[in-house]
Amino acid sequence: MSFTLLTIQILNGLQLGLLLFLVAAGLTLVFGVMDFINLAHGVQYMVGAYLAAALIAYTGSFALGLVLALAGALAIGLVMEGLIFRHLYGRSHLDQVLATFGLILVLNEGVKMIWGAAPISVGVPEALQGSVSLGDGVLYPVYRFAIIAAGLAVAAGLWLVIDRTRIGMLVRAGASNAPIVSALGVDINRLFMIVFACGAMLAGFAGAMAAPILSVEPGMGDSVLILAFVVIVIGGIGSIRGAFAAALIVGLLDTLGRSYSVDLLRLFLPPAAARGVAGGLSSMFIYILMAVVLFFRPEGLLPARGRS
Amino acid sequence: MSAEATSAPAAAARARSRLALSTTAPLVMLALFALLPLLAIATGQTHWLSLINRIVILGIAALSLDLILGVGGLVSFGHAAFIGLGAYTAGVMVDAGRGDLLLVVPAALLVSAVFAALTGAVSLRTKGVAFIMITLAFGQMAFFFSQALYAYGGDDGLTLPERSTVAGFPILANKVTFFYVSLGFLVAAYLLVRAVAGSRFGRALQGARDNPVRVGSFGFDVFRIRLGAYVISGMLAGLSGVLLANQAEFVSPAYMAWQRSGELIFMIIIGGLGSLWGAVLGAAAFLLLEEALSGFSEHWKLGFGVLIVLFVLFTRGGLADLARRLTGGRA
Repeated sequence: MSFTLLTIQILNGLQLGLLLFLVAAGLTLVFGVMDFINLAHGVQYMVGAYLAAALIAYTGSFALGLVLALAGALAIGLVMEGLIFRHLYGRSHLDQVLATFGLILVLNEGVKMIWGAAPISVGVPEALQGSVSLGDGVLYPVYRFAIIAAGLAVAAGLWLVIDRTRIGMLVRAGASNAPIVSALGVDINRLFMIVFACGAMLAGFAGAMAAPILSVEPGMGDSVLILAFVVIVIGGIGSIRGAFAAALIVGLLDTLGRSYSVDLLRLFLPPAAARGVAGGLSSMFIYILMAVVLFFRPEGLLPARGRS
Repeated sequence: MSAEATSAPAAAARARSRLALSTTAPLVMLALFALLPLLAIATGQTHWLSLINRIVILGIAALSLDLILGVGGLVSFGHAAFIGLGAYTAGVMVDAGRGDLLLVVPAALLVSAVFAALTGAVSLRTKGVAFIMITLAFGQMAFFFSQALYAYGGDDGLTLPERSTVAGFPILANKVTFFYVSLGFLVAAYLLVRAVAGSRFGRALQGARDNPVRVGSFGFDVFRIRLGAYVISGMLAGLSGVLLANQAEFVSPAYMAWQRSGELIFMIIIGGLGSLWGAVLGAAAFLLLEEALSGFSEHWKLGFGVLIVLFVLFTRGGLADLARRLTGGRA
């Protein structure tokens, strides 16, 4: 594989990693601060994509549609928190898994009822159309660079909020030891609500950004959810730094593993069969990585401080 | 262990094991299952046969999960992988013309046992959320592996040219015979799991759910006990996969999808965790609900999801807790 193609694969891996980070950031905080397994986090990504698709088509403006979709994702997150999740915080993980599993069924079927089962496509905004030359006549779409930039910007913003503000301090403290934070007089339920709603919005943002490059369809959140779980388990539950590092590792491993295993398998399989087998086998890489990490470092690569 | 006899968790455990070891309910269920095909034939509703057959088959899978999740307290989120392994073993062997049940069943048990021993040895070193996630990861690995089985249809799955024979006789081709063979496997699986749960080994497994440190200090090797239960459980789920592949005459990666694992958990929770026969009841409730709702609307999953959410929010601990209270245990 040539150097420019490797560059493209690395950029694709970064882009997948950053999208995963946006989903995983909310998931890891909800998980870390509230000790809550939210399987329904993936459908919030899906809802973000659908809202973006619908609102961009309705307003005719990408930027306006995106902003409205974010507000919508935030509102849906708040409603779900108030109606359902709030009642599950103190319950066993088994109850949480089951209830949020039920919620996935509801929302997947709900979007199917509203928008139909067929995939919806969203156009790339005019300002971000076109490609950048990487040399050797290889082009890379501007929009994908925009996703990478947006992902990095959100990561930086999140780091600032969590590391430098009072609410961020409370979130970090909550991830280390929620009962003590509560005992110190912090309204822990309000904190939970804020963390949850922001997480839902970030997942929705990832879905909205991914909408122009993926097909928007029911169930699109499920695979992302599983990947996000892999990310937060590898990175360490409750740790934003860990989620960031693990998301990039998973994104790169998945993307590079896919392209290189096709090349490797082509040496002894016909091309079509090589693609099929490589698709399955390379999807296993990240799960193998997760099993290895869990085995040797059950707390993850960069665990939240004070949490063991 | 007189000290343990006075503690509250022990009282709850006794109530639970009383629930598990009661004989009336399982016998009533068995009689019902045995009569249903006759009823279906008498009323001409033979399409019900495949539904009750699937109930019996998934009942075996739910029962196997109940051993590790209900009795052992190990929340495995990758149990569907074992069903898929058994199903694929059957599919591949039938496809190769070596599809006799006397060959397929031992092969599927072996494959499931090896997979369970390998993945269990890794995942049982973790606990809590990490265990849920790592079993999910192993389940996904099996799922993607089956997608990579290009020679056997890959993502599209594999249609079986025929059902397995039994000692050379094509008796499974008959729906009614197949049902009673499946029922026979369910009864055998139930008796096995019940014997395991009631044994010293099973008591230690159950004790380790409530307090692994204490069970360890009694001299039990908690890790090995859990691994043993995990392997038994995986093998039984593999067996149900063999039957499922034959019943549907089809196998596909969808059998191992993580949603299937979620559904298995739901089955044993509605049935009552750790009550064994309740797992079969849960499988029946699940499939009947699915049947009823899917006949009602094509968007039945929406209603189904709502039911699951309401069930968790309002029953607290599921019907198991209700049953425990009714049988006089700790509420």
